[in-house]
Amino acid sequence: MDIPDTLVRKSEEIFFSFPPERRESALVPLMFEAQRELGCITPDTEHWIAETVGVSLVKVREVLTFYSMLRRERAEKFLVQFCRNISCCLAGAEDLQRHVEKKLGIRNGETTADGLFTLRYVECLGGCSWAPMMLVNEMQYYQLTPEKLDRIIEGFRSGRPVPPDEPTPLLGNVGEKIAV
Amino acid sequence: MTSSNGTRLLSRNFALPGQANLDTALKRGAYEMLKRALKMKPEEVTTVVKASGLRGHGGAGFSAGMKWGFVPKDVFPRYVCVNADESEPGTCKDRLILEYDPHLLIEGALICAWAVQAERIYIYVRGEYFYPTRIVQRAIDEARAKGFVGENILGSGWSCHVHLGTGAGQYICGEETGLIESLEGKKGWPRLKPPFYPAAVGLWGKPTIVNNVETLAFVPRIIEIGAEKFLSYGTPKAGGPTLFSLSGSVNRPGVYELPTGVPLKTLIYDCGGGIKDGRRLKAVIPGGSSSHILTAEECENLKMDFESVVAAGSMLGSAAVMVIDETVSIPRLMVWMTRFYAHESCGQCTPCREGTGWLLRLATRILEGRGRRRDLDDLYELAENIDGKTICALGQAVAWPTKSYITKFRHEFEALIQE
Repeated sequence: MDIPDTLVRKSEEIFFSFPPERRESALVPLMFEAQRELGCITPDTEHWIAETVGVSLVKVREVLTFYSMLRRERAEKFLVQFCRNISCCLAGAEDLQRHVEKKLGIRNGETTADGLFTLRYVECLGGCSWAPMMLVNEMQYYQLTPEKLDRIIEGFRSGRPVPPDEPTPLLGNVGEKIAV
Repeated sequence: MTSSNGTRLLSRNFALPGQANLDTALKRGAYEMLKRALKMKPEEVTTVVKASGLRGHGGAGFSAGMKWGFVPKDVFPRYVCVNADESEPGTCKDRLILEYDPHLLIEGALICAWAVQAERIYIYVRGEYFYPTRIVQRAIDEARAKGFVGENILGSGWSCHVHLGTGAGQYICGEETGLIESLEGKKGWPRLKPPFYPAAVGLWGKPTIVNNVETLAFVPRIIEIGAEKFLSYGTPKAGGPTLFSLSGSVNRPGVYELPTGVPLKTLIYDCGGGIKDGRRLKAVIPGGSSSHILTAEECENLKMDFESVVAAGSMLGSAAVMVIDETVSIPRLMVWMTRFYAHESCGQCTPCREGTGWLLRLATRILEGRGRRRDLDDLYELAENIDGKTICALGQAVAWPTKSYITKFRHEFEALIQE
């Protein structure tokens, strides 16, 4: 298969970050980057990875199926990963789930008819003090309310995404300036 | 919280603009402590860290200096792994270090690497942390370009490379041997013990120090103010402040850097502004979802240090405090909690792989009003049969909270069981 040059260059960088005799260590980061570039890891990509890393195909499949962020089927354009762990639920994530399901007209694991959004409920995304939170592709959004959720979804629909909450807002005393 | 700002050691630069950029951070003294450490003998650095009372902030609370001291004398090469796989539910403080002061972390990891004479550092960031990963990668590149990372660091003759490791969505890779397996390109199944310490046998079978982000970010401050001063910011057994991740039913959730051993009520009421909507406190999960739940009464005089929380029947863990108000149903909390572990069990050990699924099914059945009288005892017994019977601590991490929810709030479960 044709592997894009950008991915080949990226793979060289990844190999460089490990001792030369430890090429196998590149497996997870390489799959992560391949998925970023190609949308998912197809059997063809698995072959390329096995060959370039120098491991068996079954080894590639084993690692690929272990990590929940790696996928064998292409995700839709916008992957909405919505947290439903304790802190998010304490902040009302369950009501918001019903709202997002209604807004998108889909349930957990489904894709909208226009192929734009896939909804997935996930466990703790590490945004507990800014709950409820979600990721849309690589973008982090915190302190979700029904209104904010609507704005974010509409933003992606119209091609003008709401800027993500980056960096994470400083809440708590770590955000206070101290006199030196 | 002006009263607590005196102990803002680690986070003191977070709110200052541009701290994530090397040029700005340098003006505020970044990498000065690395210079100082490089003038010390490696074993002197370890001695200072040991004396500072610095304990692991990832969950286990193990003495950092002691861990560094476990590296066998003649075995090379050696490695340092920074555990940035922050995934314990409730925990969200390492994210801020990665986003706001990545050079502090890199400096701390380099000082650790100097102390144990490691030649490579891997910063293993969880896959979902896309933005923090970008910031850390940029910081590594900047530090390399300025000669703080790489060959012959600051003319010392010592070389150390820093690389990013990639998580891909697996809680188990926060377990230190799971993390190492993942870095070796395998599925992140925790290793059998013995050998007990990666410090002796770790990455690629070589001595490896695995420390949490917060733990390592404290190291430059220890070099700066000295072990004795650092110790005074905590308790005699746990030096320095702690970053508390506060979430749940409080008015001002957030991350608070406070002296280790601070009263829990100070954190919840003075810092957190008390319980949301004027409700009453029902319970607190004091150290991430793996810790035993504490009732409001048990929280009354609780101090937040390792020993005190253990004495109260729970653990400080990652200092992730989740506040539960009177309107929250504990059986519902049980479903949220067990769902996490059922999803994250790695599948290696039967009691955990099968048990977590059954815990979730039973908890769901009870919550939905389809529970049978013996379900509650079955739940407890299941937890009992997971506890201590697995290779890694994930087993007890689900068993302990399960047992504590049932023991302390049994009446709430019984009220849902009809027959």
